Amino acid sequence: MKTKTAPVAVDVARPRPGPLALLAGARRGRRKLGRRVVPYVFSLPFLTLFAAFFFLPFAYAISQSVFKQQRSGLGLGPPTTIFVGLDNYAKALRDPQFWDGIKRVLLFGAVQIPVMMLVALALALLMDSAVIRFRRFFRLAFFIPYAVPGVIAGIMWGFFYSPSFSPIRQLATTTGLPAPDFLGPGLVLWSIANIATWEFTGYNMVIFFSALQAIPQEIYEAGRLDGLNEVGIALRLKLPMILPALVLGLLFSLIGTLQLFNEPLILTRLSGSITSHYTPNIYAYNVAFVDTDYYYGGAIAVILGLVTFAFSFGFLRLTRRQSGV
Amino acid sequence: MADVPAVLEARRREHDERERRGVGVGVRALGPKNLLAYLALGAVAVYCLTPIYWLALSATKNNTDLFSSFGLWFAHFNLWQNLRDTLTHSDGVYIRWIGNTALYAGVGAFAGTLISVMAGYALAKYRFVGRGLIFTLVLGAVLVPQTTLALPTYLLMSKVSLTNTYWAVLLPSLLNPVGVYLARVYATAGVPDDLIDAARVDGAGEFRIFTRVALPLLRPGMVTIFLFQFVAIWNNFFLPLVVLSDPNLFPINLGLATWNFDPASHELLYNLIVTGAFLSVLPLIAMFLVLQRYWRAGLAFGSVTG
Repeated sequence: MKTKTAPVAVDVARPRPGPLALLAGARRGRRKLGRRVVPYVFSLPFLTLFAAFFFLPFAYAISQSVFKQQRSGLGLGPPTTIFVGLDNYAKALRDPQFWDGIKRVLLFGAVQIPVMMLVALALALLMDSAVIRFRRFFRLAFFIPYAVPGVIAGIMWGFFYSPSFSPIRQLATTTGLPAPDFLGPGLVLWSIANIATWEFTGYNMVIFFSALQAIPQEIYEAGRLDGLNEVGIALRLKLPMILPALVLGLLFSLIGTLQLFNEPLILTRLSGSITSHYTPNIYAYNVAFVDTDYYYGGAIAVILGLVTFAFSFGFLRLTRRQSGV
Repeated sequence: MADVPAVLEARRREHDERERRGVGVGVRALGPKNLLAYLALGAVAVYCLTPIYWLALSATKNNTDLFSSFGLWFAHFNLWQNLRDTLTHSDGVYIRWIGNTALYAGVGAFAGTLISVMAGYALAKYRFVGRGLIFTLVLGAVLVPQTTLALPTYLLMSKVSLTNTYWAVLLPSLLNPVGVYLARVYATAGVPDDLIDAARVDGAGEFRIFTRVALPLLRPGMVTIFLFQFVAIWNNFFLPLVVLSDPNLFPINLGLATWNFDPASHELLYNLIVTGAFLSVLPLIAMFLVLQRYWRAGLAFGSVTG
């Protein structure tokens, strides 16, 4: 570290007794005031953005969600907007299409998140204890998919899945195995899960690996003296120490899963099994922009936001002791 | 990087040293015992890289070969023609998309990083009324992603005629709650209170301390925040999809998705979509290659929280 005074340009003469004292006193007063005001000034741009693009849209969505557009009589006159209270919410809660999407992303998350997390964790533990060479290469190789935008990943894997392109199917055909129908009704959800796993396993793995590398080595010596073998050290010492990283990884996966949109939307062109209500986000989008029912679409967005918040907040509370957040 | 705080610098050096010497637990060398581990990691590496290899390879094929040749090996080398076709299709709209994406991600991440660092620094280094509330807001914004709010954001923007402008994508992209969170962690660890006090004694004002003392110390952390925000904006699809309708304002993502969705022409556009997709991931991969240290630092937050 540099010495304490180095980078500060001294532009003001120190207060001196005499006629300058008054001026200096005023200046010191201003400093004190400045110190009280300055944190607000520094936070202001963030708070403005937060108000404009987080709080206001949320409040607006809530205020709009209590209305509904109605066409009079034969639907010839101009549509009128009427107040319907919580009807849109009641409608959403009874809407089988909305529930269909919710159930689908929950199923998706219940399978995809554990698989991805276990693979990422296993890779991180292996790399931490058994793999010494090519670490940089492996870490980079695992992380590269994170650099690929979800839309591009969707397009790319779409080609991989499509019957006329798929190198996987080409390989299967040449070996005489039955070619799987990746985009059929039975498999397409798991084909999407594969895209998500491909994109984010490395990201999580790097998070876990960084956490493992930050553990002081002395702990392992102690563990070995206590007679723990490699597996014992991994499970009894390493795992508890990287729990905060695990919790954060799980949290972001959970949020991402509830918001699932890009990959299934991109695959709709290839797969007839992806409906207009395949995930809650796709449903909200279609209700708002295809059916142009902004009021109901807004209500769905609000519910989805609250569900996401409830899930992630509840998850954080549940794991507070482990996560340290 | 003479300005990197000593603690972080030392930790990084120790980390790199450990990595070079390969100090993990137990096993030190390549032996039969950990051969399985290498095989497992190698298999996952193949899984991670194959689609990108396929994409690079397919960018060199014409439309016929895309369908008829084996997907994982070369056919007639058509890359230059593909590039020409991609860049000139519809009066060169792809070039506009590159420019737009660079603008959204570059300007958005640059300004967004500054905004996040200012807020994070304030949260870390000042005690003030409302500090706890602001931090709660930051966490809340982390927990509820902006995707949820894209629809009402669109409706609000249409009230003030902001939809279908550059601002419609740029302004919401500036908000980066994770960046504020990281900046707070970095400022707590990387800007010593003594240094700030010393600067105050020397008569420096609070803004001067921020720009002359804190910012230089936070520069490595800012690169990390910039990198992740850049990638997030580059990858964002939902927001531009909702707020933009003029193809001249599209980022690459949205543009390629419209080519991909166009039922009339997609058969003819396959090679353009593939080449365009390949071109669009190159800058991000290049950034990750060059800035390895910074994304590693960014993902180490799992070990710095708490």
